[in-house]
Amino acid sequence: MRTDLLTEPVEGLDEALAAVDAFDAALSSGLLRPQPAQGAALLGLADAVAGTPLAARVAEAAEKAAAAGASEDHFVALAAARTALLGSVHDALGTRVEEAVGRPRAELAAPADGPREPAQEVNVLMAARSWLADLARCGWQGMDHEVVSGAAPVVSALLPEPGLRRLAALLDGFAAELAASCPGASLQRVPERRWADLWARAMLLTLPGAAGVPETTTVTGRLLPLGVDVQEHATAVQAQVHAVLEPADGSAARLVRASVSVPKPDTVVGAGLWQLLRPYMSLLEALGEGRSTELTDMPLTAEGDLLWSDAHARPGEPADPFATARVALPTATDTPTAPLDRHPTRLAVPVFVEGYATQLDEDELTLTFAGQPLHVDADRIPTASPLTPEAVAKSGACIGLLRWDAGRFTLQPLAVESTVRKKTVALHAGAWAGGTTDKVGVKGEKAATDAVKVLRERAGRLLRK
Amino acid sequence: MSPPVRQGTVLWCMGDGALSGWERSSTARVMAPARPRKLAKVPFVELADGRLQGVVSSGSDIGRVYVSSVTAGAYAYACSTNNNRPCGGARGSYCNHIAALIREAVLQYGAVRVARYLKCDLGDTEPDAASLTHAMASTRPSPGDSKAAATVFSRFLRHLAYLECDPTTAPLPEMQWFPPTRAVA
Repeated sequence: MRTDLLTEPVEGLDEALAAVDAFDAALSSGLLRPQPAQGAALLGLADAVAGTPLAARVAEAAEKAAAAGASEDHFVALAAARTALLGSVHDALGTRVEEAVGRPRAELAAPADGPREPAQEVNVLMAARSWLADLARCGWQGMDHEVVSGAAPVVSALLPEPGLRRLAALLDGFAAELAASCPGASLQRVPERRWADLWARAMLLTLPGAAGVPETTTVTGRLLPLGVDVQEHATAVQAQVHAVLEPADGSAARLVRASVSVPKPDTVVGAGLWQLLRPYMSLLEALGEGRSTELTDMPLTAEGDLLWSDAHARPGEPADPFATARVALPTATDTPTAPLDRHPTRLAVPVFVEGYATQLDEDELTLTFAGQPLHVDADRIPTASPLTPEAVAKSGACIGLLRWDAGRFTLQPLAVESTVRKKTVALHAGAWAGGTTDKVGVKGEKAATDAVKVLRERAGRLLRK
Repeated sequence: MSPPVRQGTVLWCMGDGALSGWERSSTARVMAPARPRKLAKVPFVELADGRLQGVVSSGSDIGRVYVSSVTAGAYAYACSTNNNRPCGGARGSYCNHIAALIREAVLQYGAVRVARYLKCDLGDTEPDAASLTHAMASTRPSPGDSKAAATVFSRFLRHLAYLECDPTTAPLPEMQWFPPTRAVA
């Protein structure tokens, strides 16, 4: 990987982000009675998309919002403008990543009209939009428990419907953060970029069809896992396995992801996350055992997401992720991103790196390649895992996800190799995904089993009375 | 940039100029996940609606639970069964159920966050479950509104219902905004 390219400036990036930051500050203060500086930021956002098909609608929305007269549709237009700007940032960074890793990226065919959700779900989407508009009016600095608690009935209505899970998981995690930070007036500082991101994404997902499952084809072939990325908030968890797919028809190998997610009580943590997910994706066990998986007619989206079903998978031969990373990864085709999902946070590009020096200062872990630093986001390593930041600091080779946040590229470690007594030892973030015999791991599994057992017992006794 | 995470804090309340990337981070960690704890005695605890509130299992009857709460600021207390019978211990001061609730809340969220939510300033004393309970009880709090019990109990049932949700293998791209953190509450 050409790490030198990762620290060079990207043209136009600062200008795009300046418009985003100004809007985010305006949103933070609330748009109920906008001050002149907020009005200027709104018009600045409109200016930034003046050369796009959004121009007229955003200009109108900015003008209305600056005059304290924004409707919910106007808020949607502003969210769309902000999303478009960050989409352009995503594209510029994506091109840079492509140059740095030296792999081609698949093109996404022009999408057909997305599927539309049935009419009865529109009501709950409208309720979500109405809550988001209330938030925009009071701003992070003006929010209180009453405004934030408006999310609860919306989330309760969204959760049972798997087709609306994207918006449900987003709103649930977002509202919990806001509730923990109430009242906004006493906040010493505000995660402006983050909350504006979550607000804008949620706003767009209230458009019927925005979160519909895209069209799929099916694939048959051998799946070689690289590692697993875990994402979680208090009441949801998702595991995404990154892997190289070698199609049986002999066509070019490509990178794919396989995801499984589930809502959870906030007291299920650590190994409990693996326990909740394990029964629904045999791939997690294969990952823990270091095996490949044979796929037969598994559904695959154009974005490279396998829609996993154990009926289309069976265990394959042993496959070392480091062998996959060294041999198969360099020539595999990267996944494209759907238009609406383009955002720098979405970048998670599998890479293999070695021959670096490591440096651990306080909380900062850095890999250095011929003088070029690459920050390691070690905080992303799941706790129920034998991989630790200390192990990364002692490593000689690493499989990771290249990401970008807060103005710089970072590496999320998925697995490392280090030399212990002249022998190469590998540690994987997902080693315990399918279960473990490790002493610490077993203790965590036991604690998580007990927690879920108590909750199920309580639910059985109290829930259906 | 991931900010250093310290024990027992909601992450934003550390004003620290050195962390300027935090405001510009899409994946800034705002809350540390709950710390694992044993759930048998107190299956549910939360900081919500201006109260520390939760559900405490009865020691004698497995079909019975107590709904207990302490309000922020006034420390007013309430404790009754899920069938709305008042707890015999909660007369004049905190009962054992409320003491257990505070203890488990401190385990789950960290003492600093619990103290901050309840507006309980311990001065220079390092907050823990015992010092928090003592500080609040010694203000001679009055019994609070027991009507909240129904709301708390329904929030507990909603919490349990999370175990009944079906998983999905369709990707949730929005979860990219929720990376784990190794910090503990």
